[in-house]
Amino acid sequence: MSHSPKKTYAMTIVDLILAGDLRATARLLRDIDDELPTARNILKKLYPHTGKAHVVGFTGSPGVGKSTLVDQLTTRYRQEGLTVGILAVDPTSPFSGGAILGDRIRMQRHFLDSGVFIRSLATRGHFGGLTRSTFDMINVLDAMGKDVILVETVGVGQDEVEIAHSAHTTVLVTVPGMGDEVQAIKAGIMEIGSIFVVNKADREGSRGTVRELRNLIELGLRHSEDASWLPPILETEGVKGRGIDELHLAIRRHKEYLFANDRGQLDEVLRKRARNQLIEALKDEALKTLLQRRQARGLSLDVLIRKIIAHESDPYSLVQEMLSEELQ
Amino acid sequence: MGKKMLSESAVERIEKEYEDWLEEYHKALKKMPERSERFSTVSDLEVKALYTPADIKDGDYLEDIGLPGRYPFTRGVQSTMYRGRLWTMRMFAGLGTADDTNARFHYLISHGETGLSTAFDFPTLMGYDTDSPLARGECGKCGVAIDTIDDMRRLFAHIDLEKVTTSMTINPPASVIWAMYLANAENQGFDRRKLGGTIQNDCLKEFIAQKTLMLPPEPSLRLVIDTVEFGTREAPKWNTISISGYHIREAGSTAVQELAFTIYDGITYVEESIKRGLDVDEFAGRLSFFWNSHIDFFEEIAKMRAGRRMWARIMKERFKAKNQRSMLMRFHSQTAGCSLTAQEPYNNIVRTTTEALAAVLGGAQSLHTNSLDEVYMIPSEQAVLIALRTQQILAHETGVANVIDPLAGSYFVEALTDRIEEEATAYIRKLDDMGGMVAAIERDYPQMEIADAAYHFQQQLERGEKVIIGVNKFPSDRPELEFVLKIDEEVERQQIARVSQFKDDRDKVRLGKAMDELRRRCEGPPCWDNNVMPALIEAVRAGATEQECCDLYRDVFGTYTDPGSF
Amino acid sequence: MNGERKLRILVAKPGLDGHDRGARIIARAFRDAGFEVVYTGCHQTPEQIVSTAIQEDVDIIGLSILSGAHTYSFPRVMELLKENNAEDITVIGGGIFPLEDISKLKAIGIKEIFEPGAKIEDITDWVRQNVQPRRALAS
Repeated sequence: MSHSPKKTYAMTIVDLILAGDLRATARLLRDIDDELPTARNILKKLYPHTGKAHVVGFTGSPGVGKSTLVDQLTTRYRQEGLTVGILAVDPTSPFSGGAILGDRIRMQRHFLDSGVFIRSLATRGHFGGLTRSTFDMINVLDAMGKDVILVETVGVGQDEVEIAHSAHTTVLVTVPGMGDEVQAIKAGIMEIGSIFVVNKADREGSRGTVRELRNLIELGLRHSEDASWLPPILETEGVKGRGIDELHLAIRRHKEYLFANDRGQLDEVLRKRARNQLIEALKDEALKTLLQRRQARGLSLDVLIRKIIAHESDPYSLVQEMLSEELQ
Repeated sequence: MGKKMLSESAVERIEKEYEDWLEEYHKALKKMPERSERFSTVSDLEVKALYTPADIKDGDYLEDIGLPGRYPFTRGVQSTMYRGRLWTMRMFAGLGTADDTNARFHYLISHGETGLSTAFDFPTLMGYDTDSPLARGECGKCGVAIDTIDDMRRLFAHIDLEKVTTSMTINPPASVIWAMYLANAENQGFDRRKLGGTIQNDCLKEFIAQKTLMLPPEPSLRLVIDTVEFGTREAPKWNTISISGYHIREAGSTAVQELAFTIYDGITYVEESIKRGLDVDEFAGRLSFFWNSHIDFFEEIAKMRAGRRMWARIMKERFKAKNQRSMLMRFHSQTAGCSLTAQEPYNNIVRTTTEALAAVLGGAQSLHTNSLDEVYMIPSEQAVLIALRTQQILAHETGVANVIDPLAGSYFVEALTDRIEEEATAYIRKLDDMGGMVAAIERDYPQMEIADAAYHFQQQLERGEKVIIGVNKFPSDRPELEFVLKIDEEVERQQIARVSQFKDDRDKVRLGKAMDELRRRCEGPPCWDNNVMPALIEAVRAGATEQECCDLYRDVFGTYTDPGSF
Repeated sequence: MNGERKLRILVAKPGLDGHDRGARIIARAFRDAGFEVVYTGCHQTPEQIVSTAIQEDVDIIGLSILSGAHTYSFPRVMELLKENNAEDITVIGGGIFPLEDISKLKAIGIKEIFEPGAKIEDITDWVRQNVQPRRALAS
């Protein structure tokens, strides 16, 4: 037989998604979210068709107005004739495992626009601010033909770094008066943001926050290997639409910078992204495989956990033992 | 400083005796335990088994309780209260077309109601005409459909607007509807300076609770202050804002939250009016309030008394009002819609009765009593008659209106009044710290407080800690009532045809000029020369529909959608 | 991880009615029951509701309405689901309905109607017992 029925079915889904079919895309995203192995097969086939979209990540604490900025930018992109995919991430409740995904509400005016695809995701216990499957979902929206993909994070903790590894351009959003928060990210600020936004700029303290950011960026530039991109700091009022044109332009400029003549910058970004995707996939698969193999031999983690509690051994030694056993 | 009501030694003796009694009480409980682990109001304020003079020992009669019609007005805003004049019996009414509602108005007036109150349908509430695609299926279902000044004319046909006061529950489009009302009244030969009534016009509580949303907070406030300014100069008998707690409570807040958030909304309107250049004593006398009257009897009475005292003190101390009239918390009340059940609906008559009694003992100036079928839809004639009679029986048969503030001095009621005032004041301080109500709304603070309280109550209900007869105790099915009022889908078609004809017949040149003037005023900085009301009155006379005016607002000021935070 | 698929539910209010106390409570309750809730709040047209339901690949659409306008919006939602080949999405309603309308709504495919007084627990139990998460693609 030249190909099995399963393969044929999987290709049909692929065709649908490449043609931009909403339902097929939505269903695949669901399967990816639930980490079904069948989704992996489809992803493999879609992968060659990725790499066209410009991926922009938005990070910042809850309540700074990321959704509103995403909504406003989407309008601009649509005016330009570009199609947009949006991934909005909200936290899963640690108690119940459920989640309320409410970022979509702020993008209502795009609900009936077939050129805009909005998908809400829950973090599902993943602490990085993005979900485990965000990479894959970005790839699907890319393959589907979306010109721009906007990814909005939960905005707490280490997610700034994560988003920087999965997007081409990262926008860090703060509001006036969040001085402490800004200070807290001083380590590696150049790792995080391509563009910095102070939203709700009509509030008191806006200029001060801009100054603080500028100081941090200058400090970062001095210590960075590559100072060819000077991150702009923009003041916006998302709700009123002020500063959006400037933000739109800044994002475009960053894209142009990445794709500039020698493509060195873009390659660097792509390298980081690919490396991250590889490592994440490896971590996932390696862990899964290891645990599956142990399970097949009737070995659970409980014995090891008890040893740790009883101080009979420590996690690091136990892992080394496990690995030398498995990798023989 | 005033003199305490009891001497220290008297208080000591009472406290000692109370401690003694408490021991006996606990002994008795060993044989027969309390009915519940914890006794609390429907807002979950814990209450003791017994209150004595010791519970109000720190109060001063004249300073804190006082006399009716005298600062701080705890006992009533007028010196004569119901001895001089009963509260206005004002039944919220609106259904189908203007003609249908006019008929209901006449029905109610002929059966003894003493003031009008208008309920509008959802398209009207949201600033859409009946022919808008967004209005499909909504015409006339929750209130009357008003699209044009002609609808307004038919709504108030054969009613002497100088003799009866009209309340209109309308918020973002309030300026437009008021303009239609004034223009129509003048067309009928009435003098705007003699017209009395109220427009709800309370934009802040929309963001917090009711969610009939249209414009963002800043322009919404601008329009509200325009109406206050216009009323001060042109319609001095009109209450331009009904600062409302009713909807905040219906959304699930506690009594304390209802009181605090509403009073703070009032504070905001006063501040904004002063910023506009108005003197506090010019306009404050025409600010009115709207309280829910919920099922927990004493909590509501205490809330209303605490409210009067708090507002008086705020107006005097915070805003330096000099005129006594500026310090009065005059209010309308409505019995709690959310306390009614679909199961065994006749029980609702009983609920409404006790809630109405609470509002009367709380000193309301005006009252709407819900009908037993109001849970389903618009009340039928039979049901609304019972609701009106409820008020009349309370007024004329029970004697409760014959003595002013009869519950004053009750140890429990005064202690509860003090407690509610204390907790509400804490909220007010918090809102001040947040930078005001608009800042708090942007941070979702009042919305989250209300959502938490609503969820908390729901859980108490499901655990059986709070009881609703027919629902979680003695549960029952809900029956089909014999007299349920249905709105025919035909109503929508007729109204659309009417609006279409109206638009054909109007003077388009005059309309164009009027709308240009309205736009010019909206785009300009807020001041008397840019006050929207005169332009609106001309626009609606020229035939502008409600949606056309609201679309202009949306175009100039932008729109607002609920951010849906959890 | 790879266990039971999480149920995805859309909670929305069709039409112009803005009373969202009940919708917010049920959204929270669904979250506490372990479901993923897409909440789009009030003032949704049937078109917006169905578009959201499809993009978010929900298993259930929960419509909350108290204004009597369900006579238009509910049938319209069912119509749009059919047009978009999404009839496998379960639709339930909550709020205030005349008794005779309830059977009419069930006849057009609304699976269940929850009236005032319904317990949160009963609603989430009903969902668990009556709705399965969608089957995977290519299975």
